[in-house]
Amino acid sequence: MKLPLWFHRFGSPPYVYGLANSVAPWLGGAGLILVAIGSYLGLAVAPPDYLQGDVYRIIYIHPQTAYVGMMAYTLMAVSAGIGFIWHIKLAHAVAVSAAPIGASFTFCALVTGAIWGRPTWGTYWEWGDPRLMFELLLLFLFLGYLALRASFDERDKADRVSAVLAFVGIVNVPIIHYSVLWWNTLHQGPTISRLDAPAMDTAMLVPFLIMVAGFTAVFYWLLLRRLQGEILEREQGTRWLRDFVRGTAA
Amino acid sequence: MTASVLSLELSELELKRGDRLLVSGLSFSLRPGQLALVTGPNGCGKTTLLRTIAGLARPAAGSIRLGGQLVTKLEPIDRGHIAYQAHLEGLKKDLTVRENILFFMEIRGVSDSEHEVMQELGIEAYADRSLRQLSAGQKRRVALAVLKLGGAKLWLLDEPLTNLDPEGRELVSGWLNQHLADQGMAIVATHLAAELKRPGSLLVEL
Amino acid sequence: MAGSAFLSILRRDLRLAFRRVSEWANPLLFFTAVAGMFPLALSPDRLAMSPGEGELYGLQSLGIGVLWMAALLSSLMGLDRLFLNDADDGSMEQLVLSPAPLLSIVYGKLAAHWLVSALPLILLVPVFGLVYQLTADAIAMLAFALFLATPALTVLVAIGAALTVNVRSAAAVIGLVVLPLCAPILIYGARATALALDAESAAQPLYLIASFTFLAVSLGPIAIAAAVRVGLE
Repeated sequence: MKLPLWFHRFGSPPYVYGLANSVAPWLGGAGLILVAIGSYLGLAVAPPDYLQGDVYRIIYIHPQTAYVGMMAYTLMAVSAGIGFIWHIKLAHAVAVSAAPIGASFTFCALVTGAIWGRPTWGTYWEWGDPRLMFELLLLFLFLGYLALRASFDERDKADRVSAVLAFVGIVNVPIIHYSVLWWNTLHQGPTISRLDAPAMDTAMLVPFLIMVAGFTAVFYWLLLRRLQGEILEREQGTRWLRDFVRGTAA
Repeated sequence: MTASVLSLELSELELKRGDRLLVSGLSFSLRPGQLALVTGPNGCGKTTLLRTIAGLARPAAGSIRLGGQLVTKLEPIDRGHIAYQAHLEGLKKDLTVRENILFFMEIRGVSDSEHEVMQELGIEAYADRSLRQLSAGQKRRVALAVLKLGGAKLWLLDEPLTNLDPEGRELVSGWLNQHLADQGMAIVATHLAAELKRPGSLLVEL
Repeated sequence: MAGSAFLSILRRDLRLAFRRVSEWANPLLFFTAVAGMFPLALSPDRLAMSPGEGELYGLQSLGIGVLWMAALLSSLMGLDRLFLNDADDGSMEQLVLSPAPLLSIVYGKLAAHWLVSALPLILLVPVFGLVYQLTADAIAMLAFALFLATPALTVLVAIGAALTVNVRSAAAVIGLVVLPLCAPILIYGARATALALDAESAAQPLYLIASFTFLAVSLGPIAIAAAVRVGLE
């Protein structure tokens, strides 16, 4: 399968390393600023909810972490798939970099969800609730991906076998998303859907979206940094890396 | 892909195990009727080379083409052109000799009678005994019978003479010669190159 | 060619299973032990689930959970057999190299595995349903739900087996991935049985199980074939 030139550039570790190095600080900065603004607006400026009072403010953290977790998994599965089909090692590097970050965000989603659930639903957790279960499954899939990788000595084998696992798990992401529509769950329906106008007041919507953007930027900042580390590890002994290190040292 | 004009081309082949480079810049071609012997110390990549030629693994660099087509991209039907005999015989110990052979015939779409092959290899005598009851040499003969089924043009043999008594080794040599005379090709990894060498054979030292 | 490869593998694996009795008998014995011994660990007065509901209800509810869990665990026990045997004697290599489509081979192995491990389980379960004093409706529902669910369980367990065929301690992966993937089936299967026990319609959970099975059986083998190929590289 013939691939365009830009695709080949993205398969080159030195190019991607350099790109990540220049882009990451901006993403990090932007992310942290957005999160700061969003937090301030969400916690101090936005009005309290008529039903939930101040407890609702978790809406500025919880859905965002869940969203980032699902996005991370999608990124991981797609990269692993690309790496598997076209034998591009860098794609596997992206997948393995995304995994721990995605797992952390998913864990935060579960914890913030539990904190929110206690005052509103009366319980931290509900076994049998579809959305909760599939979100937990998402966490297990991330951990399973990493555990499966760890059980192989050869990195190549680890990449390819775990790619199959990552791909199998992708069905979970749409299931989580649609679980609130398909089943009767404790969880509320989606706040933002593509076609309808959002059901939230503007004063709440603005910090909500700012936090989405902020967390996403933070995720990609972390991803790029991890990816750089992963590239350094995989490219040990290559000429470009030796020159690069000597260049910086000099 | 017609079987009669099959040839094998290896070009700038590079093989790795993990991060370790086993083989680099290997190129040769094999014509019908030709034999290639692969020699080298243990762990140098003989098995890896055979497995890569069989299409089980992808080389780190370079290409292997059978009849012009990459071995990793062969059509299922064309896969029948390659027969690979590994260290492990690929036979089920709990089935009898006959059951094993019949199974492979079904899988490979061979409709001949199994008797001929079994007779030639002298295994008719224990055709209905479970493989568990056979000696290593007898199991090897059964593996060879399976190899012969399906009429593959390219034989990849990994240490085919191990565990065989002199009579068995002679049988394999004879078999190999017959295959080559029938315009077949063979690549054999072996420590006993001397026994199998014949004029016109390639020697690949890893 | 594809159809005959499926049948060839099916016949071969069934033949092999009958010659290695312990491979399929052990998981069933395990199921028997677990399901049979559970009531021994509980004293009768602890079985009352809520005031007014007698011990019977408690025993029945326990029975539903135990039987489903034991069925799931015993499916996991057959995991080794699926691919390890073929990997150990080199037959998997020969199958992958043969002209037969790998997908047909995978389906053949899955079918043989289901016939030998799930079918006896479905037949054995009613006996234990009686032990836990489930109603006839509940037992019938249990068997039917298992019949619908076990193909999905077989596929999910097979995915785990194919991914870990070369791995030393597959336990981590199995625990982290296969069990959670099987969890929805467990939950809905138990729910269907409980609904039947209460003489209510179990259509909803049954539909869900059927869709899981449909999804698993149509897409799973593709992943399994990919995992098998990668395992041989």
